[in-house]
Amino acid sequence: MSIPPYAELLGLSVEPGEPAPTLVMPFAADVVGRPGFLHGGAIGGLLEMAAVAALRQALEAEGGGRVKPINLTVDYMRGGRDKETRARGTVTRLGKRVANVDAIAWQDEPDRPIARAHLNYLIVR
Amino acid sequence: MTETPARGFDPQLLFTTRFGGHGGRLGIVHHAHGDDWAELALPYKPDMIGDPASGVLASGPILTLMDMATAVGVWLKLGAFRAHATLDLRIDYLRPARPGQAVIGRGECYRITRSIAFVRGQAHDGDPADPVANVAGTFMATEGYW
Repeated sequence: MSIPPYAELLGLSVEPGEPAPTLVMPFAADVVGRPGFLHGGAIGGLLEMAAVAALRQALEAEGGGRVKPINLTVDYMRGGRDKETRARGTVTRLGKRVANVDAIAWQDEPDRPIARAHLNYLIVR
Repeated sequence: MTETPARGFDPQLLFTTRFGGHGGRLGIVHHAHGDDWAELALPYKPDMIGDPASGVLASGPILTLMDMATAVGVWLKLGAFRAHATLDLRIDYLRPARPGQAVIGRGECYRITRSIAFVRGQAHDGDPADPVANVAGTFMATEGYW
């Protein structure tokens, strides 16, 4: 699975999985916001990459297609500390023209997320 | 652009003296500001591309730009820097930004309570009347805004 340039800027690596891969972002100077914490923008960028990865994997199973972002809502629940962050997307509905996707980012346990996002995509098949 | 001096908070200083991290890596700089709003500029760079086929920027950099522009809007309305964290941010992607164009993000704070600041903003790539994104969000002051 190839990743876009912005995912490389975030330092992401991909752990393949079913039904969606897990993206891993190391803590590094390039993703810091206030000292010692991840930037909310970098967390949002990671969540979006995880959502797109989940959606692409689900679409591949149906013959593929292009996706266009409509909107994204992020809730920030905990500060992102100086450690690895993981994120995974869940396609809650894959329709003909629209997909609804959730994504969570966590550091210790998936049930203690640092942020979650809800994203809607237009699909061009 | 008209530059209005802020009372007790100078966003230009923020971007010259203590700026690094993710925003610095993306090259985000001060563009203009007023009493309760700030405009920041995100230069186009190939390493921020989200869709290699079209050259369109990923939305993470635009999210970062708007998170920062709205945060600076809060400090301007307050007239002081206070530690705060983004509680939530919603972004509507109105159209893709044009490859090669810098994106200008304008963030405004329209209401502050002791704990919560309410913000909104728009991003454009040259024509403010033809925005690429619209945002709404809230920040929470860790020690209170006052």
